[in-house]
Amino acid sequence: MSLAIRAEGLVKHYGDTKALDGVDLEVPEGKVVGVLGPNGAGKTTAVRVLATLLRPDAGHATVGGHDVVKNPRAVRSLIGLTGQYASVDEDLSGTENLVLLARLLDHSRAGARARAAELLEQFELTDAAGRAAKTYSGGMRRRLDLAASLVGNPSVLYLDEPTTGLDPHARNEVWAVVRKLVANGVTVLLTTQYLEEADQLADTITVFDHGRVVAEGRPDELKRRVGGQTLQVRPTSLRDLDAVQRILGDLTGVRPARDEDTGLLTAPVNDPVLLSTLVRKLDDAGITADELALRLPSLDEVFLALTGKQTEGSPA
Amino acid sequence: MSTIALDRGMRHGFSLAWRGILKIRKNPEQLMDVTIAPIVFLVMFTYLFGGALAGNTDAYLQMLVPGIMVMNILQASMTAGVQLNTDVSKGVFDRFRSMPIARSAPLVGAVLADIVRYVVCILVLLVVATVMGFRVQTGPAELLIAVGLTIAFGLCFCWASVFVGMLLKTPQAVQGMMFVLIMPLTFGSNVFVGTSTMPGWLKAWADISPVTLMADALRGLLNGGAIAGPLTGSLIWMVAAVAVFFPLATLAYRRRV
Repeated sequence: MSLAIRAEGLVKHYGDTKALDGVDLEVPEGKVVGVLGPNGAGKTTAVRVLATLLRPDAGHATVGGHDVVKNPRAVRSLIGLTGQYASVDEDLSGTENLVLLARLLDHSRAGARARAAELLEQFELTDAAGRAAKTYSGGMRRRLDLAASLVGNPSVLYLDEPTTGLDPHARNEVWAVVRKLVANGVTVLLTTQYLEEADQLADTITVFDHGRVVAEGRPDELKRRVGGQTLQVRPTSLRDLDAVQRILGDLTGVRPARDEDTGLLTAPVNDPVLLSTLVRKLDDAGITADELALRLPSLDEVFLALTGKQTEGSPA
Repeated sequence: MSTIALDRGMRHGFSLAWRGILKIRKNPEQLMDVTIAPIVFLVMFTYLFGGALAGNTDAYLQMLVPGIMVMNILQASMTAGVQLNTDVSKGVFDRFRSMPIARSAPLVGAVLADIVRYVVCILVLLVVATVMGFRVQTGPAELLIAVGLTIAFGLCFCWASVFVGMLLKTPQAVQGMMFVLIMPLTFGSNVFVGTSTMPGWLKAWADISPVTLMADALRGLLNGGAIAGPLTGSLIWMVAAVAVFFPLATLAYRRRV
């Protein structure tokens, strides 16, 4: 499979801060790669280099086979960019924003109007087409921003934290749009702080921390790599919590984590056979459970294990 | 090939100028902001000090309007830096720059839109001045040349604004900085009062200030009188402003975006 994006050893310094400290990245054509990391991990810097907005201090990168430094023009004709902050002109209406971009991409006057109308329709913004973008809701503005990045029919799309600050409903809307684009063969590089988002959209995930790639792989591979699985038990009666905790502790050799509110006990395991052993032991003790499961660790747990840091939004 | 590239660059510049003009239409209050101060000064100085300074307010008004035109154009030229800074900090520029357009197109567009802004500012000012009793003593050709010269003056000095706009972080900082620069520049001239009663060091500067020379050239054009001397001086300043600030502005622009 050919690569849409290939970056090798990208370095970018800001004074003493190493925003990128030797990043390798490969995005196969037609796939979605999620770049996951906390604020300041270098995600946006990487996107800016790959979008020709920033020259790397070292390393090189190609998009569609074109070098981002030596042939930025060729790269620009392939890419669409949706910035971390909606980069539409707030004073202009939806139509005016899109017509302007279409004109800059050498559409005729009539062609530009047609393209704008088409995109507004596609993103369900037709009703708001004549209103200034600053009157749009967060979700509408992000949709307009996405539409703006698609005026030139890009084959490679950069989505830099496309749903940061959006409510769940608006986030789902953006996700639906991204899935539709990918179905049409667009390659997507997605940066996000939300593990769920990377899990939902990305074929592979690259985890950034302090300007370095600390892990990469398919979401399930990543979870497995971080170590084994998690055994979860929720006894039917809270009175059994102590007994179950003891049984689980004896089985796994570690003290299970206990959530008093939900009555959920969790413990890491490396041997899946322990599940059936646990069922038998609970049966012997005459304890029933509402929930009994073996699952892969959540991406939050993965992230903590890989970087030693909590992700934002997860309990400290 | 190069003519095609130039043609595309201009077309992109015009498209971006269209955006600038749309923004002027949507936010006319922005234009008022830069026009209102000169008008306030025009009214205040004419009626408060005009009689004392020039014997009567009518004579003072004739002297003041050309000077206020210079002040107005300097205020208006400050918008270029503020606008560009806003675009950069809001990420609008990232979008433009990630597209296959000429790198200079956003600058060209901003400057072209500036011309429209200058024309509107000068027209508003001249209408107010005419209502107050100002009359062009020469003819329509001289008026046209005066307006054209004022706009050219603005276009030369707007590069200082672009430079500051690319240097400072926020649009507010740009606005504040330009105000701090323009106010003393305007007052340290013969726009409001003659330079003869100023202390030596100030008079020395005020006599050769670009604002003084341009105001005198406009007075010559609109009221009659010497033109050649102050006009030559103004043109030298204009060329110097472009020679200094255009490279600085484009350098800062390239570093920033």
